Amino acid sequence: MTFLSVKDLQVSFQTEDGVVHAVDGVTFDLEKGKTLAIVGESGSGKSVTAQAIMGLHTGRGVKISGEINLGGMDLVGASDSTLRSMRGNSMAMIFQDPFASLHPFYRIGNQLAEAVTAHRKVSKKEARAEALRMLIKVGIPNPDQRIDDYPHQLSGGMRQRVMIAMALINGPELLIADEPTTALDVTVQAQILELLSELQAEFNTAIILITHDLGIVADMADEIVVMYGGRIVERAGLHELFYQPQMPYTVGLLASVPRLDSAGNRLLSIGGQPPSLISLPSGCVFHPRCAAMNAGSEERCKGERPDLRDVGEGHMVRCHLDDEERTAFATKRLAEVFTGE
Amino acid sequence: MTAYVIRRILTGVVILILLSMVVFLVFNALPADPAALTCGKSCNPQVIEANRIRLGLDQPLYIQYWEFVRAIFVGRTYGSGTATFQCNAPCLGYSFRKGEEVTPLILKALPVTLWLSFGAFLLWLIPGVLLGIYASRRRGRWQERSVLGAALVGYSFPSFFIGLLLLFFVVIRWQWLPYPNYVSPFEDPVQFLQTMVLPWITLALVYMAFYIRLTRNQLLETYSEDYIRTARAKGLKEGTVIRKHALRAGLTPIVTAAGLDLAGLLGGAIITESIFSLPGVGRLAVEAVVDADLAIITATVLIAGTFIVIANIVVDLLYAVIDPRVRLS
Repeated sequence: MTFLSVKDLQVSFQTEDGVVHAVDGVTFDLEKGKTLAIVGESGSGKSVTAQAIMGLHTGRGVKISGEINLGGMDLVGASDSTLRSMRGNSMAMIFQDPFASLHPFYRIGNQLAEAVTAHRKVSKKEARAEALRMLIKVGIPNPDQRIDDYPHQLSGGMRQRVMIAMALINGPELLIADEPTTALDVTVQAQILELLSELQAEFNTAIILITHDLGIVADMADEIVVMYGGRIVERAGLHELFYQPQMPYTVGLLASVPRLDSAGNRLLSIGGQPPSLISLPSGCVFHPRCAAMNAGSEERCKGERPDLRDVGEGHMVRCHLDDEERTAFATKRLAEVFTGE
Repeated sequence: MTAYVIRRILTGVVILILLSMVVFLVFNALPADPAALTCGKSCNPQVIEANRIRLGLDQPLYIQYWEFVRAIFVGRTYGSGTATFQCNAPCLGYSFRKGEEVTPLILKALPVTLWLSFGAFLLWLIPGVLLGIYASRRRGRWQERSVLGAALVGYSFPSFFIGLLLLFFVVIRWQWLPYPNYVSPFEDPVQFLQTMVLPWITLALVYMAFYIRLTRNQLLETYSEDYIRTARAKGLKEGTVIRKHALRAGLTPIVTAAGLDLAGLLGGAIITESIFSLPGVGRLAVEAVVDADLAIITATVLIAGTFIVIANIVVDLLYAVIDPRVRLS
């Protein structure tokens, strides 16, 4: 059953240089216990989408429209106090840099307990007991001593465990993990991901995993949304996306991942730069970097915005090329990586 | 931590010793002959020479200095034979212009300055920080611009201008308050408040502007920190986010500024005390400079220096209270 449903989400910021359309028409659904990965480069709108769901865009000049439905509750246009009562309670978020995300002046037990008392009428003692229980759950060694540590006394992996404990302490039904392992060592990354999976299985949490790392996606995700220039350009199940990528951008992303099993040692990068959100390219936002664009499609790619359309079994693609052209391009490009030609 | 405090106190003592030496040297480089200043109009060389010997001014400078330092700890006897004069420890010297010991003079002036400084301190710090928080919450709107604009006006006017303006209108033109005449608050609280309110406002207006800007800038900086986003993501109330998370993180420079500003004032609010005829340390110092009264000058400079040194140590200790990361290193 759909638990989170986002429909035609639009987020724009009024800046001195003009209006930035950070998110344009994002639509996806998520069930409890499932993981949706949002993949994209910096500036593709993935974090903005996440913060819109959390109601963290509070500044002036922010415009949010569309629909965000969480467990039957519409979050777009909900009052500040409604959103506040849901944040950290029914929906929670962990961030990229666990050191910067923890307050440097407060003991971690205090910061955890604060999340409890913000939503539940419990005594300080009970909140602390709850904090300790969560620290044990996320695998902090010597939790009864660590609870009185300051963030700077913990290692990076421990800090992220504390962040996860803080996010899950009120048993949220939705957890948004914004690049949760980017700032961590590779060995620690695996531990954190495993922890997230374990806790997800235990609490039946819906997870939105935001990342640019397709390796993490392969481990965790059930469904994948690929974003580019504030739009969803491809949406598919894990297996579909990895084995039958359709959008040339997704193909480019997959081709640029280093792999142990590839025969060659070439990494194919996508030429050019991500687009400026203030002046997006005409037509398909990806066309200036698209290697699959051909003479037949060029006019449409440059002049006409492609729609997100279903190419079979919920696999959505935003591309003007026809099925054969896309498949041919994907096959050829990925073969280059595997064979090293 | 204890070792750190002891080290800081010792450093402070060394600074005070150097400070007193410099004051001694600079004063003695002046052309004025302190002995000649001891007797008024009917003076003759014999009296001057006699006084010179009585006050020890005939001795070499280093002995004079040594006697001065020794007197602070064990007291001192001026003169010799029958015409002696005892100055008990802590003896900060003898003012030959006023014909009085310096220590009681200071002790009489110090409470005035203490009342003035602490009153003004509270009056600028609390509204300054609150207005700074308010301005930061209304960033880019007319409320912020009004607060900062008003602060700039206060910041731009020197204290003697604000002080004279208040004195002229409130006391002389509108006669809302009697002319300032200091009494101890324990003697006559009403007259004390009537006297102090304008000096407090004067100092508060001058200092407050800086604290508004400082608080606002600090908060705007911390608002963009990741841990503030975390605090919001936890679902904390906006007031808690600002008070407990943002303000605490931006507090360090405010504490530094407040400590040093207060210490500076405790050394004597020279201009404000003069305008409102408050018999504090600042006015004592001004009079001493005009009179070339070495004993009082040295004492007031040392008092001011001591406050600064103490404030520095207190501020450093407060850092450790505010920021746990300081405690380890």
